[in-house]
Amino acid sequence: MKFSHAIIEKNVLLLAVLSLITVSIGGLVQIVPLFTIETTIERVEGMRPYTPLELAGRNIYIREGCYNCHSQQIRTFKDEVERYGHYSLAAESMYDHPFQWGSKRTGPDLARVGGKYSNDWHVAHLNHPQALVPESIMPAYAFLNRPLSFDDMADHLKALRIAGVPYTDEMVAEAVRDVRLQAGALPDEDTEALLARYPKAHVGDFDGKPAEVTEMDALVAYLQMLGTLVDFTRISPDDLKQ
Amino acid sequence: MPTKIEKDAATGTDTTGHEWDGIKELNTPLPKWWLYTFYACIVWGVIYTVLLPSWPTLSSHFGGTSGWTRRGELAETLAAQKAGQADTRAKIVEMSIADIRKDPALMGYVQAAGRVAFADNCAGCHGAGGAGAVGFPTLADDDWIWGGEPEQILQTITYGIRNNNENSRISDMPRFGADGMLTKEQIADVADYVLSLSGTQADAAVLERGGVIYAENCAACHGEKGEGMHEMGAPRLSDAIWLYGGDRKTVIETITYARRGNMPAWIERLDPATVKVLATYVHALGGGQ
Repeated sequence: MKFSHAIIEKNVLLLAVLSLITVSIGGLVQIVPLFTIETTIERVEGMRPYTPLELAGRNIYIREGCYNCHSQQIRTFKDEVERYGHYSLAAESMYDHPFQWGSKRTGPDLARVGGKYSNDWHVAHLNHPQALVPESIMPAYAFLNRPLSFDDMADHLKALRIAGVPYTDEMVAEAVRDVRLQAGALPDEDTEALLARYPKAHVGDFDGKPAEVTEMDALVAYLQMLGTLVDFTRISPDDLKQ
Repeated sequence: MPTKIEKDAATGTDTTGHEWDGIKELNTPLPKWWLYTFYACIVWGVIYTVLLPSWPTLSSHFGGTSGWTRRGELAETLAAQKAGQADTRAKIVEMSIADIRKDPALMGYVQAAGRVAFADNCAGCHGAGGAGAVGFPTLADDDWIWGGEPEQILQTITYGIRNNNENSRISDMPRFGADGMLTKEQIADVADYVLSLSGTQADAAVLERGGVIYAENCAACHGEKGEGMHEMGAPRLSDAIWLYGGDRKTVIETITYARRGNMPAWIERLDPATVKVLATYVHALGGGQ
């Protein structure tokens, strides 16, 4: 019998099943290889999950919609690499759920803003951007000088663990204390274990108010670690060939 | 299934053969130019996937016969650019800033490269053109905290101030009020005395008390007459230039809690030539000594 559209057009269930199969092929070809091929995520040293304080800062970053104006993705173009530093790697956002690549740059890219400015600068700038950059159109975030709510940090870590971020039981158990420890609210206690769990974490008071853990502390801690984990002096372009 | 293909009388074109409630549709063929463009695109698409990275395989992907990658091309572009400037930048790294200033060609490079590097890396704190802001020193005047000689500026930019770099410039002003070294009354007196160094009038008795406190606590770094000391990063107090503000309330706050502004060690982010370019550029902003 000659193939006829009429059979499909007149049988709605068959049409649905065949449509699903057709669409699935497109999805499978485009999406599945990204999970199976080994070249999707570069193998670089230094990546670690966010510390609980950084994670709290990241949550504020998302809450305030920073991604609407700031990208976190340095593309492989000469101009961008010269301005922002080494191009972003897939590996650098492998613990991001969701990633903050963004698609619009009203403000500058923030993928490697960590360490570029001092903590004081970030606090002064978030309080009143125009005081430091007169031509800036960024709104003020002075209200971040309020206490950070972090009783539930362990739950955030657990949720991310389900998404595949390798948080250990120890990290989850210490999450709330780690927030205080990293923000300098426990100045007399040893931070060695924290730094062992999260190498390269910046410990200290970020906003000039040591006794209190504020949202400002969290956000600045997050900004100060962005793009600082991978040591690019030890990586050659050949290592990153995909 | 098309059942009744007819020739339309008005246009001479066949119908599709479908009929919906008496409505028929002309089967007008696509223009030839459109079809051939379409076929050409398909052919180009096949060639494209052969030449460039394209098809996924089980554990890797087909990299294309041309060997082209975006990251590889970028590395080549950057290498070519670096090679083009290598001589100039090597000269800048080797020569002293004083010698660079005497070489018009090098200074031309410094002005161009320095302007860009300054705008991206320095202007955030020190303002466009080095105008400065509260807490972030002006670079275009001749008032220097850690020194305005070319080599002092280079040292400051290279290793920064109060950071984790082992060569960082370090000095911590004591927190005279917060750490209980001076009482509130003493701080008020010494604040008045400090302000009098730049010409503000105050009660003679207050100045006398303040002067004693100043001599014991402040003069070691800020100098007997408030002239400041570059080695300690202690700002001059006898002029009208204030980093955090020169009103009485701010001066009292500064003495009470101290100020410990910091700056990154730029050698950790930029290459030596760029750091040298920035030092030369900043020196030339107007206040270099």
